[in-house]
Amino acid sequence: MVHIKRIQEGNVDIISVIGEIDASSSIELDLSIAKSVGEGHKNILVDCNALEYISSAGLGVFMSYIDELSDKGIKMVLFGLKEKVASTFQILGLADLLHITESKEEAKKKVHDLSI
Amino acid sequence: MIYRYSIGCSLSNLKGARDFVRKSLEGQHIPEVELGAITLAVDEMCSNLMIHAHHCNPNDHLELSIQVKEDKQLVFEIIDSASVFDINKFNEPALENLIHEKRKGGLGIRLVKSIMDQVEYLKRDGKNVCRMSKKIP
Repeated sequence: MVHIKRIQEGNVDIISVIGEIDASSSIELDLSIAKSVGEGHKNILVDCNALEYISSAGLGVFMSYIDELSDKGIKMVLFGLKEKVASTFQILGLADLLHITESKEEAKKKVHDLSI
Repeated sequence: MIYRYSIGCSLSNLKGARDFVRKSLEGQHIPEVELGAITLAVDEMCSNLMIHAHHCNPNDHLELSIQVKEDKQLVFEIIDSASVFDINKFNEPALENLIHEKRKGGLGIRLVKSIMDQVEYLKRDGKNVCRMSKKIP
């Protein structure tokens, strides 16, 4: 079960992911990113502080947006990953393909520093 | 010690499978990150079977078992009466291809092979058994 909240802070759209993302709930993550992109946000942060679990279905969602975000000049940064969640990204080597920081402040700085 | 659990082939039951793994192994003093990885591998294998072998039919069931051996060897079995889905015969796509083809699958197999020491398939009593083993420190 996953619960997703979105709030806007300045020019940043923050997607907060609460709970567990597996093959049954990854669609929720997919829809929320699609919505943010569809609304024209250029800076997207994904708050993972309350993300307790992610399986390959959720990782696949992040992967599937890499090209589209790049094409549309949208920047996305994930932050606040628990160690057990971060390790899933690391097993697959995805930590290098996505932008990940520890805190929200670092994520905001990163999203503004990133060049497309 | 052997723990058993039966799960209907609906993706909404994956959480139950994860809870079963965590609960069965809670007394084994496995570090949280390691236990998380093992739980993930079982989830990935179950979801692969549900999707590819059972088309998410909740009336089909998988039988899970976890055996904790004395030498700290963990043996996970998923017993399935349907056709076998053998990940050893499946070439996982390159990460680059996954990005560009926007495929949302294929990563799970990579995870299972990375996490478990061994993944093998056998026939027992006319049923297909996927056996994964992992030695814990």
